[in-house]
Order: sequence, then structure tokens, then C-alpha cells
Amino acid sequence: MVSSSAARRGLTHAPWSRATWRDSVFVASGVPLQLAGWAAVTLPWLVWAASEVTIILLWLALPVVGVALLARPLAAAHRERCWAVLGVDVPPLPRDKDASPWDVLRDLRSRELWRLIRYHLVVGPLIAVAGLAMVASWLMGVALTTVGLYAWALPADSPLSLVGHAVRVGLLTGAGVVVLVATPFLAAGVARWDVAAVRSLLGPDVTQELRKRVEDLAEKRAEVVDAADLERRRIERDLHDGVQQRLVSMAMNLGLARETLKDLPPEALQVIVEAHEESKEILTDLRNFIRGLHPAVLEDRGLDAALSGIAARVPLPVRLEVDVARRASSTVEAVAYFVVSEALTNVVKHANATSVDVAVLRRGDVLRVTITDDGRGGASFEAGTGLRGLARRVNSVDGTFRITSPRGGPTTITVELPCAL
Amino acid sequence: MRIVIAEDSVLLRAGLIKLLETSGFEVAAAVGEADGLLAAVAEHRPDAAIVDVRMPPGFTDEGVRAALVLRKEHPEVSVLLLSQYVEERYAADLLATNTSGVGYLLKDRVADVSGFLDALRRVAAGGTALDPEVVSQLLLRRNSDPLERLTPREREVLALMAEGRSNSGIAAALVVSESAIAKHINNIFAKLDLPHAEGDHRRVLAVLRFLDGDST
Repeated sequence: MVSSSAARRGLTHAPWSRATWRDSVFVASGVPLQLAGWAAVTLPWLVWAASEVTIILLWLALPVVGVALLARPLAAAHRERCWAVLGVDVPPLPRDKDASPWDVLRDLRSRELWRLIRYHLVVGPLIAVAGLAMVASWLMGVALTTVGLYAWALPADSPLSLVGHAVRVGLLTGAGVVVLVATPFLAAGVARWDVAAVRSLLGPDVTQELRKRVEDLAEKRAEVVDAADLERRRIERDLHDGVQQRLVSMAMNLGLARETLKDLPPEALQVIVEAHEESKEILTDLRNFIRGLHPAVLEDRGLDAALSGIAARVPLPVRLEVDVARRASSTVEAVAYFVVSEALTNVVKHANATSVDVAVLRRGDVLRVTITDDGRGGASFEAGTGLRGLARRVNSVDGTFRITSPRGGPTTITVELPCAL
Repeated sequence: MRIVIAEDSVLLRAGLIKLLETSGFEVAAAVGEADGLLAAVAEHRPDAAIVDVRMPPGFTDEGVRAALVLRKEHPEVSVLLLSQYVEERYAADLLATNTSGVGYLLKDRVADVSGFLDALRRVAAGGTALDPEVVSQLLLRRNSDPLERLTPREREVLALMAEGRSNSGIAAALVVSESAIAKHINNIFAKLDLPHAEGDHRRVLAVLRFLDGDST
């Protein structure tokens, strides 16, 4: 096994193998680019030594121009080379496509640009030196192995002529073979080094990529949450301006009929009376449903007004404290409203409480909502009390949800909602 | 009695006109938005305006704002606000300056024809008509500690007073004698530290002013 894998390795790195030629072309093609990158930064200083003090500033600024104009295009060329020759895909830098050269000047302080500069100025030239060594090694290998072919052509008094120097020529040919066998390993090594350097310095920074991705996802989720909220408001509007108006109109007509058509047969009047009462009940149900969906007053007047509305509808004394100096986004307000509304519904249904305290306080960028009741406690996510839905809705805006509810009470729900986006 | 209606729902506007005209009111104008209301009131000088809270363009509280302008520019015109939902905050805005000739009712109340017409007449005559739901919100709101000193029966009486009912109306609603109601009311005034006053209207005004002064 060991010998066969060694043999295979030997074959992949044979001077005539495809891998060897690919690596060699890759390394060799890198050299001019790497030198160009280095030159872009240093050449102005090499060809022009400024003497006048006033010109020195300009002289110092020249490399900046070189960086501005060439750092990104050269990086792109290196990535292209990786793809074209080795099939290695290095993703472009995030701003690559629409960045004008002058943007580079602007973000000279960005880590990204300094990574590019590190390649062009430090790592690139070193690789170029290694690349040149590889090229030289190939040339020397070929020259040495073939020395026997042209030795006869050399003048008789040359130290390499076949006549009288056969042993020396034979040794040189052998050395050439050794060099040719060794060079593919050099090529492979340099190629690997270069690929690693291009990946880490000219490709996107992984940490930064992840951070950006997290930001993207957070933004998308916020959009989804906002869209759901918007949809809820749309439904509320449609119900208010459509169904509810027509129901009111119908109830009014029934009411008018009930008052004016006194001479109807009692059975007919009874039908009208029942329809009238029924329509009023439907109106009440619809009104409560809409208010649970999204109260219009929340939008107009904020949390304080909307919450005092629900506090008043609860058949328990509710002490409400709202201290919100700056209004949060409508989505966060809707979540806070929903939390209080659901929590109060729970208290009424399950807690057997005699009073409830609700506090909504904004401190910095956090909106904190606490609901405390003096009921029997023992509330849990498992009991199917809608707590899970509450926690989900809080989570959707990156809030935190805590509940303490020992058996025997009291139950406290604490929700913190971030207001800064 | 001449009325101006501002209601954006065509169906309901037509219904209200029919209701009012069959009940002996004169509908001077019926408009669909808040600006039209102000113009119509300036032109027709009605006894009362019936105003929907949600109207174009924003469909939020245009009606409340228009009513506030109306009360400032035409204090002699009574305003009855109708809304799909009642919020104590709107009521507090509406009652902040002056509590005479003001009403704030759920739209649903239109269905109870005679009750609605009574409320309209009361408002047009300079009285008050508040939806029971607004009243309960006003009574239950926070910082109303002095109200906790009231007995449940006194709270009931206060709620009916706030709706704008007379002593006999309250007595009928609670099925007790008028003299019992008068006693309750005196207790309420004493507990709320309000001076004695005469007449339905001043009494409601005093109660609401007390509730309102508390919130600011």
C-alpha cells in the first residue's frame, strides 16, 4: 500500500504529468502579476527620487495612487488565474463589482484593502521569487539533461566537449535529471502556497463574510416580521372599512324596522327582533376581534393609549404604568401590545387573580414589559396557555421572554424588546 | 333640528340620512371627508354634526381632529362623534376643552334607533352622550385612586351620570327611587371632593373634568 501510494505520488509529480504542468504554468503566470503589484506600490519611488520638500508629499502619495488604481484589478487577475489554470474558485471581494478606483482611496482604512496590500507588497513578491526559482530550475534541468546532445557541437577545447570530458558530461546529465525530478515538487509547493495566499488575502474574509451574512439574515427576518405586521394592519383596515360598515348599516335598518313596523304580525316582528339582536352581537364580536388583531389607536396615539384601552376592558383592577419617552417602531409596539393583551387574557382565564400590575418602560434602546398577577401561579409552556405563541412573537423581534410562576403565585412575565435596529 | 353628517361609507351615510329624516330631523348636508365637514358646517350652521372618526385620507382619527377644530371655530354647533371603536384617549381629547354639546358613541349604537336619537337630541341640546364603553374605560383608568373610595353602587351611578343621564334616567336604569339616586350622587360628590352643582350638564362636566384633570 505504502509503496503504491508513493508510486502514485511520484507519478503525479512526474515532470511530464498534467498536474506538474498545471502547477508550473500557474506559478509562472503569477510572477508578472506579483511583480506588477509590487511595482505598482514601489515603482514611483524607484524611478523618481523627489528632492524638493514640496514635492515630497506628492512623492509619498504616489504609491497610494498605485494602490488605488491597481490593487483591486490585480487581485481580480489573481483570482481569475486560480480559476483558469487550477479550477480553484476564490469568491470576489464584496464590493468588487461596482467599486470605482476612487472608492479604494476612500476606504484606505478598511481591513480588506490592507489584506490586498499585504499580498501585493509582501507575500506576492516572495512567491514571485520562489516562482522565478522554479522557472530557473526548469531551465537548468532541461539545459543539464540535454547537455550531451549539444556537447559535440562545442569546440574541442571547451570543458564540456564530449571528447575527453565524457564523465563530466555524464555527471551533469545525471544532475539535470535530478533537478527535473525535483522541480515538480517545487512547483507544487509554490502553487499551493500561492493558492493559500490568494484565498486568504485576496478572497473575502470568512469572519467578515459570516458577520455580513448574519446581518443580511437579520435584515430579511425583520422585513418578514414587518410584512406580517403590515398585513395585520391591512386586514384590520379592510374589516373596519368594509364588513363592519355594512354590518352597522344592516343593524341600523333592522333597528329602524323594529321601531317602525309595529303593526307586523308578532311572529314577523319576533324574527326582526332576533336578527337585530344577533347583528349587534356580531358587531361586538367583530370589534373585539379587530382590536386583538391590531388596534388603530396604537398607531395614532401609541402604547399608552392602546394599553389603557385593554386595561379598561379586563374585568380585574389593572395598575398600568407606561413610561415611553420615545416611541418604538410600529412592529415593536405591536409586539408589546400583543404581549400585554395576551398576558391579560391568560390572567383572566387561568390565574384566578384579584389584581394585575402592568409596566411598560423604555430604558435606552430596550422596551421592557412586565406583567405581574397575584393569582395561583403554575403557568407553564406545556399548559397550552398561549405562552408559546407569546414567546415566539417576542423572539421574532429578537426580544427575550421570561416567566416565573411558582405554584401558589405570583406569576411574573418579563419581556425585553430591543428598539434599536 | 338641522344636522350635518360626515361619514365616508356611502352605505352608512345613506342609512343615517334615511334614519334622521324619518325621525323628523333635517339633514342639511352629508359629506365624505373632514375638510368637507368644516365647509358644510360653515355654510349651513347646523344644530349638530354627526362625525365619523375614521375618514379619508388617513383613515385614522381625522374625525376627532375635525371635531376639535369644529368645537374651536363653531362652539355653538354640537358634535356627535361616531366610531368603530372607542378609546378613552380620544374621549379625553374631545372633552378636554368643553364638555357641553359633545357625544362620543360606538357606531354600533346606531342600531338602537331610539337610544341613538335620544343621544343625538341630548347632544344637540348642549348635553353630553358618552358610550358606556368609554365611560367604563374612563372610570377604570389608572391614577383614579379617589374612585376606589366609591362603593360599587356609587360607581354604577357615576358611570350612568357620565353617560349623560338624568336622575330619573339613572333611577329607572338601576330600578331604585330618585331620592336614593340623589343620595348616592351627594355621596359621590363628597368622596370626590366636588362642590355641589345643579343640573345634569354641570354635574357631568364636573365628573368629567375630575377624570380628565387627573390624566395630565
